[in-house]
Amino acid sequence: MKVSDIVRILDGRLVCGDNRSDYTIDVAFASDLMSDVLTLVNDNVLLITGLANLQTIRTAEMSDINCIVFARNKKVSQEMVSLAEESGISLIECRYSVFRTCGLLYQAGVKPVY
Amino acid sequence: MDQELHYEYNVEGGDFSRAGYASSQIKKILKRLNIDAGVIKRTVVACYEAEVNIVAHAYSGAVYFDIESNRLKIVFRDEGPGIEDIEMAMTEGFSTASEEVREMGFGAGMGLSNMKKNADQLNIESEVGRGTRVEIIINT
Ligand SMILES: Nc1ncnc2c1ncn2[C@@H]1O[C@H](COP(=O)(O)OP(=O)(O)OP(=O)(O)O)[C@@H](O)[C@H]1O
Ligand SMILES: [Mg+2]
Repeated sequence: MKVSDIVRILDGRLVCGDNRSDYTIDVAFASDLMSDVLTLVNDNVLLITGLANLQTIRTAEMSDINCIVFARNKKVSQEMVSLAEESGISLIECRYSVFRTCGLLYQAGVKPVY
Repeated sequence: MDQELHYEYNVEGGDFSRAGYASSQIKKILKRLNIDAGVIKRTVVACYEAEVNIVAHAYSGAVYFDIESNRLKIVFRDEGPGIEDIEMAMTEGFSTASEEVREMGFGAGMGLSNMKKNADQLNIESEVGRGTRVEIIINT
């Protein structure tokens, strides 16, 4: 699944990052706990979270996560955008809850990590 | 690697806005050196856990990053409360993190075990009331 597909399915807003056609998402992981995200070994993981701070972006940077969905209207700050752009990470804001976000993406074929 | 390189970074305790800066610099250096992506990920995840631990649990610290002929050595040295029982601290789920640290998305007590999982060698020395030294070795 491409970044553009995720934006469409979630009726979300792509805050930064381009619709890279070379990059597809295989699996997704939903967590507000960055400690947990850092234990993932999969590649091309989509992160769904309600935690919007700089460490969310840093965690993605270290874990080679290229796309983050911020659920429940969590707003991305300008500092977060700058950091994400440095690492080529796409950020998507969406108004749905984490549960609904996960449900829609699961239905569309995105696989869980565990 | 035919060239041996050394880098140093400071880490401020409590400053979550800068946490991860050193690990990010290390990642950029390793990428430039064309190191295998899996090795880079293991290295920077372990480094980031150690760096966040200084921010979350200590007062101040420094990172010493050495690129040697067949391995990477990253040392995290801090001035802080130290760790009383390292074995207990290594147990998954053990955490003394503050509410503030938890609000930042950390404090699950998984960092040290995750560092052990990602590093080829992990050495921890600590003196209560003084500080902690964490050494991460990654074979390249
Ligand atoms: N540099 C340090 N100085 C003092 N205490 C530390 C340091 N690093 C770790 N500790 C102690 O060891 C405990 C476990 O560390 P660990 O990294 O495994 O978990 P955490 O930092 O509490 O949470 P997480 O890493 O999952 O966000 C900490 O809660 C703290 O008590
Ligand atoms: Mg930790």
